[in-house]
Amino acid sequence: MTKRLFVKGNEAVAMAAIEAGCRYYFGYPITPQSDIPEYLSRELPKLNGEFIQAESEIASINMLLGASATGVRAMTSSSSPGISLKQEGISYMAGSELPGVIVNISRSGPGLGGIDASQADYFQSVKGGGHGGYHIIVLAPASVQEMYDLTMLAFDLADIYRMPTMILADSVVGQMKEALIANKRPVRDLPAKDWAVRGKGGGEQRVVKSLYLGDGELEAHNWKLHAKYQALKEQEVRWEEYETAGAELLVTAFGSTARIAKTAIMMAREAGLKVGLLRPITLFPFPEKALLEQTKTCKKVLVMELNAGQMVEDVRLSVARDAEVSFYGRPPGAGSLPTPEELLEQIRKHL
Amino acid sequence: MRQDVFISGFGGQGALLAGNLLAYAAIIEGRNVSFYPSYGVEKRGGAAMCTVVIADGEVGSPIVGNPSFMIILNQSSLDKYGAKVKPGGVCIVNSSLVSTENFHRSDIQVIEIPMNDMAMDLGDARMVNMIGLGAYVEKSGAVSLSALENGLKEVLPERNHRFIPANIKAIEAGALRARQ
Repeated sequence: MTKRLFVKGNEAVAMAAIEAGCRYYFGYPITPQSDIPEYLSRELPKLNGEFIQAESEIASINMLLGASATGVRAMTSSSSPGISLKQEGISYMAGSELPGVIVNISRSGPGLGGIDASQADYFQSVKGGGHGGYHIIVLAPASVQEMYDLTMLAFDLADIYRMPTMILADSVVGQMKEALIANKRPVRDLPAKDWAVRGKGGGEQRVVKSLYLGDGELEAHNWKLHAKYQALKEQEVRWEEYETAGAELLVTAFGSTARIAKTAIMMAREAGLKVGLLRPITLFPFPEKALLEQTKTCKKVLVMELNAGQMVEDVRLSVARDAEVSFYGRPPGAGSLPTPEELLEQIRKHL
Repeated sequence: MRQDVFISGFGGQGALLAGNLLAYAAIIEGRNVSFYPSYGVEKRGGAAMCTVVIADGEVGSPIVGNPSFMIILNQSSLDKYGAKVKPGGVCIVNSSLVSTENFHRSDIQVIEIPMNDMAMDLGDARMVNMIGLGAYVEKSGAVSLSALENGLKEVLPERNHRFIPANIKAIEAGALRARQ
């Protein structure tokens, strides 16, 4: 049997980054993600990599932009207020078609908020948190194993689509420890980085930029980006279905909330209630078609989030027209995460 | 089969180490497990608690509203969480520091163990958590004592490996006490 490690979610992210070939990390400490820089500050120098604790989040996202422009695999991580500071850089990366992985182990806001787990950064992550109408790929792990696997996938997707890719999780997934099988990096055919800048070394000039002032240039550029988003919707949507066969109520939740909901559904099934779960793994691209397919037969959908209602909007846009979508969620306060028992009560109420 | 336990005390009592060790022992035994810690902003003296879920199948929620077992190391933990023990469940209480005078639950089993006194008798006040864990494992059968003992090497930093025999003694003392 492959050795199973016992690892924190945040550490799994850092381990996966190294396995994926990332040798450059730029960040600034913030709870509850500091295990990631802690791990990489220890390990990257051993691999001739570079770990930089920057002077700010803004500096670190721009260092990521610069590193990515040279074609190397690089990463930054932070938590909600820090991710807000990075939005300008993310927009520039999206505009410049630069890969690069950004990890958000989110906490409660708005403003400085608190350090409790929260899913209130959904809108910011999937709708383009900075200016200019772009998207990034957003992956939402729900276990330590997925923190590892999806981080590795994030680097591949970023390179394939030349887009910033985000891991969106919270302290439940980041701080908990579970068994991990540290899989090797899968062999994949990746496009050559023939756009990467090389310095003054001869050859044809390459330019990485997001500024387009020529006649019609910017419109064409934006249509090109748009086409990538459509391609993502066709090719890269990922989700999990659990007990959906014959379900009369479809619970939809992501990340930590999906984990809690899953136990609620196990309890509901034991009580003879016909409930299933559809868990989006990619938040962008969103599993629109899977939701439409499910709601052709299951007409009741209950969306659960650790916020006051964000993903529920995308669910409403996706489901069959006669499906009824309800919402249960709340902004978290100190130590008050929902329990499976609480979610089971909601399932009973909405069935 | 799915088993869960909530361990709660103040920082320094070793609630998180006990949970870590239990979870690691479950991994040694080839089971699925989640260890979910939470603690206050302060370190020593603040609240420290964790939930461990051990399952043959999928773990599901790492958070449990009504745990079937609790290990309660200090008074405020009992006052705050004692009411949440699942009916029919077991609450293992550190009676050296915790009074159950105002704790009225006839629907659960309350096991009082003077963990601090026993730890002092064993010669090391820090063994409170291991005594509680030994008692839990004896009552629940969640993992074997030998898996716990093997796990110590992995969860204790190397500089503390010299304390492994003392930890094993404490786990066994807790188990013996719970058997009585």
